[in-house]
Amino acid sequence: MLADFFQYDFLRYTFLTGLLIGVIAPLLGTFIVVRRLSLIADALSHVTLAGIAFGLMAEKKFGLMLPPLYSGMVFSVIGSVLIEKLRSVYKAFQELAIPIILSAGVGLSVIFISIADGFNTDLFNYLFGSVSAVSQNDFLMILGISVFVVLVVVFLYKELFTLSFDEEHATISGLHSKQIHLLFIVLTALVIAASIRIVGVLLVSALMTLPVAASMRLAKGFKQMMLLSILFGELSVILGLISGYYLSIPPGGTIVMISIIILLIAIGLKRIQSKPRKVRDSV
Amino acid sequence: MTEPVVSMKNISYSYESKKVLDHVNFEVPQGSFMGLVGPNGGGKTTLIKLILGLIKPDEGSIAIFNDSINPRKDRNKIGFVSQKANSFNKGFPATVFEVVSSGLTAKIGYFKFLNKTYKAKILEAIDQVGMLAFAYENIGNLSGGQQQRIFIARALVSDPELIILDEPTVGIDYENVKRFYELLHRLNKEQNKTLLLVTHDTGTMTEYATDIVCLNKELHFHGNPEEYTSLTEKDFSQFYGHPVNLVSHNH
Ligand SMILES: Nc1ncnc2c1ncn2[C@@H]1O[C@H](COP(=O)(O)OP(=O)(O)OP(=O)(O)O)[C@@H](O)[C@H]1O
Ligand SMILES: [Mg+2]
Repeated sequence: MLADFFQYDFLRYTFLTGLLIGVIAPLLGTFIVVRRLSLIADALSHVTLAGIAFGLMAEKKFGLMLPPLYSGMVFSVIGSVLIEKLRSVYKAFQELAIPIILSAGVGLSVIFISIADGFNTDLFNYLFGSVSAVSQNDFLMILGISVFVVLVVVFLYKELFTLSFDEEHATISGLHSKQIHLLFIVLTALVIAASIRIVGVLLVSALMTLPVAASMRLAKGFKQMMLLSILFGELSVILGLISGYYLSIPPGGTIVMISIIILLIAIGLKRIQSKPRKVRDSV
Repeated sequence: MTEPVVSMKNISYSYESKKVLDHVNFEVPQGSFMGLVGPNGGGKTTLIKLILGLIKPDEGSIAIFNDSINPRKDRNKIGFVSQKANSFNKGFPATVFEVVSSGLTAKIGYFKFLNKTYKAKILEAIDQVGMLAFAYENIGNLSGGQQQRIFIARALVSDPELIILDEPTVGIDYENVKRFYELLHRLNKEQNKTLLLVTHDTGTMTEYATDIVCLNKELHFHGNPEEYTSLTEKDFSQFYGHPVNLVSHNH
């Protein structure tokens, strides 16, 4: 069944890219979920769409060869920095930053798309993902992003964990919380741009959050949850890509549905596994 | 007497136009167990934020460990247990070990990993607060009082010289408040840690503290527990700006 994926170049790159995002999306997703920032992923994916639309428009209207992956990445990173700016402007209403950036992303996308007089099939691929969209160049770029993301998370793991658990305490203890947080949001933007080719704009945040939601039910501790999320993420991507290809369904749909099945199983397992053990007793 | 651990000179602070601290002079002597009391909104948490460097004073100067120049450098000499520790995100999927390890993050430094020595330190801190049996439990499965102990362990693990606690006993039952004070007392006497404790529970505090400070925008009282308990209702109404029922405080 896997044979096609190794026979055809474009499928091979798609498959390898899928393996990469199956690691990095849940890896960052773990921090995003525990920090209650899940919606930021959605906002950023829509900004990435604006960047992609801009790239497609530039190509179609002005003959500029601007690979959409790159323009999407640039928009996404700029969007992530703007979200942080807005969050510090609206200190007491930080979540306001999300609908502001999300709607700006959609607004810009609509404008760029209509200037270019539409580009239906391409757009469909970007919205829901595609098995045939990854070029060798895209793959190398995404490989670079993945290596960078994994290195940062490994070397700053304890700082990221400390910041996620208690931001105030992290600052008090002398960590550079603001800078680390900004770096984290920029990494998120990069991972979203990298994932969009395969899972699509509308479903990229699902790949970052659903595996985490499932592993949260089963894991003990943070590190275990992170590793389990990656396992679930990989499983969803592999099964989703294969089934999407053979059923001619955009992989975004199949990957997300498999994540949901995993989530349901995790919830079910937890139920059977006995009621949550409560620790009683004195202080 | 050695140098004070914290020394604040003429500190004023306002949120927007509202003055919260007005020319406060304040010292925490090395080795003391200082109780900081005062009415809600009296500026206790604000004072602590100033010490921790989270906000800057409008006026006056603060020296921590005799150093007013480079606050970040000395931050890992301070352990902090926050007023909000009780209301943290209960569902956070971390074990007790992981939570306590976060108290070492800044001390270990960027790009370095937890080694064996650090791991032993973490277990030791958990043991100190009597929670070793729960080291690998998720923090969310613990009771409020147990969680509070874990936050104390997180403050202890970096071996700070000064420990600041902002109303750590809120929501803890009487029996455990006593145990908690005994733990603080041991840290103060046996390990010579300097403690600064904000509390409304003055009854128990006066049994253990060496110094008591009363703050309501200005510093109204600074003395030892005997002096504090001999204060009259009239003194208190002055501090608090309204009549105070002393029954809950002493005698
Ligand atoms: N972030 C803030 N912005 C504006 N005003 C604030 C802020 N934090 C505190 N205040 C005000 O400053 C005053 C002092 O607050 P602070 O938290 O220091 O009091 P406190 O002594 O710790 O009170 P409590 O016993 O209730 O904890 C209060 O009147 C409060 O309304
Ligand atoms: Mg307070």
